[in-house]
Amino acid sequence: MNTLSAPSAPTVRYLPEGDSFRSHMAARHKKGTLWLTIFQAATLVSILALTALLYNIINQSFGWVAVRNQVEPEALAIEGTPLEELSKEQLITILEAYISKGVMRRLESEKPFSVRSREDVYQLVEERVINPEILRSWPLADSLLRRSAIHQEVVETFPGARLQFRAWINPQFLRAPQSANPAKAGVRTAMLGSLWIVGLTILVAFPVGVGAAIYLEEYAADNPLNRLIQTNINNLAGVPSIIYGMLGLAIFVRGLEPVTSGAIFGLSDPTTANGRTVISASLTLALLILPLIIINAQEAIRAVPRSLREASYAVGATHWQTIWHHVLPSALPGILTGTIFAMSRAMGETAPLVVVGASTFIAHDPTGPFSKFTSLPIQIYQWTARPQDLFRNLAAAAIIVLLVLLLAFNAVAIILRNRYRSKRREG
Amino acid sequence: MTAIHVLTATARLAPVQALAAARCESDCALEARQLSVYYGAFRAVKDVSLKIQRQKITALIGPSGCGKSTFLRALNRMNDLIPGSRTEGEVIFEGCNIYAPGVDPVEVRRRIGMVFQKPNPFPKSVYDNIAWAARINGFRGNMDDLVEQSLRQAALWDEVKDKLRQSALALSGGQQQRLCIARAIAIRPEIILMDEPASALDPIATLKIEDLMHELVKNYTIIIVTHNMQQAARVSDYTAFLMMDEDRAGYLVEYGPTDEVFTNPKDRRTEEYITGRFG
Amino acid sequence: MNTRYALIRGQRPSSSAQAALQRKPRWHEMAIQGFLFFCGALSILTTAGIVLILGRESWLFFRSPEVSLREFLGTTKWQPSIGQFGIWPLVNATMMTTFFALLVALPLGLCTAIYLSEYASERVRSSLKPVLELLAGIPTVVYGYFALTFVTPLLRGILGRDVVEIYNTASAGIVIGILILPLITSMAEDALNAVPRSLREASYALGATRLETAATIVLPAATSGVAAAIILAISRAVGETMIVAIAAGAGPAFTFNPFKAAETMTGHIVRISGGDLSYDSMDYNSLFAIGLVLFLITFALNIVSRWFVQRFREVYE
Ligand SMILES: Nc1ncnc2c1ncn2[C@@H]1O[C@H](COP(=O)(O)OP(=O)(O)OP(=O)(O)O)[C@@H](O)[C@H]1O
Ligand SMILES: [Mg+2]
Repeated sequence: MNTLSAPSAPTVRYLPEGDSFRSHMAARHKKGTLWLTIFQAATLVSILALTALLYNIINQSFGWVAVRNQVEPEALAIEGTPLEELSKEQLITILEAYISKGVMRRLESEKPFSVRSREDVYQLVEERVINPEILRSWPLADSLLRRSAIHQEVVETFPGARLQFRAWINPQFLRAPQSANPAKAGVRTAMLGSLWIVGLTILVAFPVGVGAAIYLEEYAADNPLNRLIQTNINNLAGVPSIIYGMLGLAIFVRGLEPVTSGAIFGLSDPTTANGRTVISASLTLALLILPLIIINAQEAIRAVPRSLREASYAVGATHWQTIWHHVLPSALPGILTGTIFAMSRAMGETAPLVVVGASTFIAHDPTGPFSKFTSLPIQIYQWTARPQDLFRNLAAAAIIVLLVLLLAFNAVAIILRNRYRSKRREG
Repeated sequence: MTAIHVLTATARLAPVQALAAARCESDCALEARQLSVYYGAFRAVKDVSLKIQRQKITALIGPSGCGKSTFLRALNRMNDLIPGSRTEGEVIFEGCNIYAPGVDPVEVRRRIGMVFQKPNPFPKSVYDNIAWAARINGFRGNMDDLVEQSLRQAALWDEVKDKLRQSALALSGGQQQRLCIARAIAIRPEIILMDEPASALDPIATLKIEDLMHELVKNYTIIIVTHNMQQAARVSDYTAFLMMDEDRAGYLVEYGPTDEVFTNPKDRRTEEYITGRFG
Repeated sequence: MNTRYALIRGQRPSSSAQAALQRKPRWHEMAIQGFLFFCGALSILTTAGIVLILGRESWLFFRSPEVSLREFLGTTKWQPSIGQFGIWPLVNATMMTTFFALLVALPLGLCTAIYLSEYASERVRSSLKPVLELLAGIPTVVYGYFALTFVTPLLRGILGRDVVEIYNTASAGIVIGILILPLITSMAEDALNAVPRSLREASYALGATRLETAATIVLPAATSGVAAAIILAISRAVGETMIVAIAAGAGPAFTFNPFKAAETMTGHIVRISGGDLSYDSMDYNSLFAIGLVLFLITFALNIVSRWFVQRFREVYE
């Protein structure tokens, strides 16, 4: 080997040796430790920032409130019997004493008092006679740490008011429709709206999305058109959601108004005649989550082993039989997980719905695809945008509802996937 | 060859540290004492004791999965980087146990270099691959000279002198491996560990690496893992044969000068293994 | 069918068997394939729809005598009521929020990613990554709420109420940063993780410390993957709507003061379209012109990001 020159002795000291090596090493390690501290601190800050998010929501949805009753419940006691223990008839006499004849008559015509339950009447007394009004709220942290100061403040600034601990998220909050009174407002309308919208969205997006994925994975030849479709889907996944809102506004709300308002089905409700309906919202969101469903389903289909397909072809199955009986069942857990993930996305979307035209105030439940719509995130947005603090508390409570729903979705996805997996393994 | 240590797996090392250390000073570059390596609960290497001779080539042979790579990596604490791995026993290097508390693994690796089975050049230029290694170790001389010298020593200079600034990934597999060797010797380690350095290469490139090892051994101590019996016989001065026991833990069966191990093995299992593959 | 029958019965294929083996059109399979193709092609229609709608309305907008492209791109006042349509206040606010978002998310995200991929134990990594993914699924309106009710009061508490307005781009930007943090961390960590082990081993075997390996070997090797993550995050920040709609302010303002209220492109679109909007008005058309600008910016960013991903894949897959 003439290219080789004799290697020089390893003792040549041009690298730090001995003490100089040691001090050089120490400096390097010091730098390493410094950066490690920085990395750890950054990780900690990231976690802290995200914890603050959750803390803030909890903090805002529980706490003291100052409540003033129009009539104190003690004043309604009859002959020493406290309000809670009064009979239905006694409660009705209280109602008659405190509210006008006209209102009584309207209540009677809504539902005769004779058939109303005691609880029902009791609630009426609470709403109409006692009529508590929340004057101010304090967040949880303040409520726990500054109790005496808050007491002091209530005595000074809200004479006649009582301090009461309130969980803004409570059963009544889930049941009640929207209301202008923070003490009575609830998320029922918004929740039902969300479920309608998301349900319809999935109904549209799931078959189309899975179909597109099957086409791309199983049928599409490698030609320019199909490559364009693939690239295009990947790009659509990155388009801001608000752009989809504008697309929905122009096409579904405006362009297809006769369809989306239900007019051509003979359902011309004058309030929805402008096409700002559940179905418009759903179609918009369906377009929005379509790329997500397609990309996830494609991955699931791609993961099905080749050998399974070949086994199916080998017994004389057609292409579609192979897909329907073997590929799809194997890919289903992955497809479902991806779909539920996309569903969560649809559940939380706000901006496109605002653009498509969510209603700012509806207090009655949506009844079908052609109803006006609102949704949980929209409700949260609207409450947050109100300047009064009390609506912020409501927004926080609604956020908890939204997050719990999303968590439930994901839990269902995981359970579904696991159950399906174990079943297939047994089968 | 004065001291020939034929250590079997069952041999216990007498606690004659002082004596051993004195001998080590002269011709022993590295000594493993009762070395065991675990991956979690699994013991991959069991009680291996071995003295590596200075400025000689020592070959580790044995069936696949018997823990040769694991043992080799234990010699410069590369196993520290595998989560869940644990080492017991001692590795004496320059009179000091590299697993003793307070020993810096970074320094250990700087002095005991390693070349891997698959060439793993950094995605940098040929020049930077070598310069980077020297720079992080505090090199303050003339970098161009160092790069040229290292590449010459690795018998690569003539092939790459015109593409020093090109990506190292553009070299052939054999060239990449020699670049990795050049990189390893650029920081002047005392010992070079090689884990099947030629297994991914064609016969010509393999021959080049073997010639290179013969040159390098004039200044370095080399330990090489190989599956190729002919290669072991060709290049090494000493050979250690490892095997797996029932628990699949690797242990040392036989260790001695290559001539002896190959022509006159003391252990029947060695003979079976060598003839099984060698014939 | 005939062939199959014949084969099952073990009969010798007759002369008609030749014909039976011939490919026959399977009509219902073709129908299915047609439907599947339609599903795939729908995405093209969506893109075409977006481009056409944005293009058409923008064209109507620019065609009207009140505006010109020059005014649109060259002036700094957006006041549709008096016929002033200079997009810069909106673009500027978007750039401010994006800048603040990156100020938060880049250092934190990259450091966290390096920590997770190069330092953290497997246990820490495998428990933190799902948490990150879960956080990435929190609706943005929740982050908007956080900005308005937590970060803004915090900023005002620290810097003073007269310095920081209730609505301001800084706090919206910071929270967008927190929003894209999981995205950057997760994608960058994936990229770092995809760097082959052998490179790290080579580096350690040369006597490099963990930091030297992470900073000078792994990070450079993962550059394009990390760059893709960052660019995608920028695109998300530019298109983010609810946080700015809630916290940044309602009303276009051309200001470089991050503590003053200003409206971004997305914020403006949401606010105007959330109100009563009559079709074919200047207001309506102008929204689409803004939408077009937004679309073009994010589209370009996405393309660049995908290009980086492609390059990264070529090296390591
Ligand atoms: N990172 C690891 N984690 C867990 N077990 C490992 C790991 N690396 C190796 N092992 C196990 O340790 C044993 C020894 O492996 P090692 O790679 O040292 O064998 P080897 O002798 O080098 O084999 P080969 O000749 O095939 O390279 C094997 O049983 C292997 O499965
Ligand atoms: Mg090995």
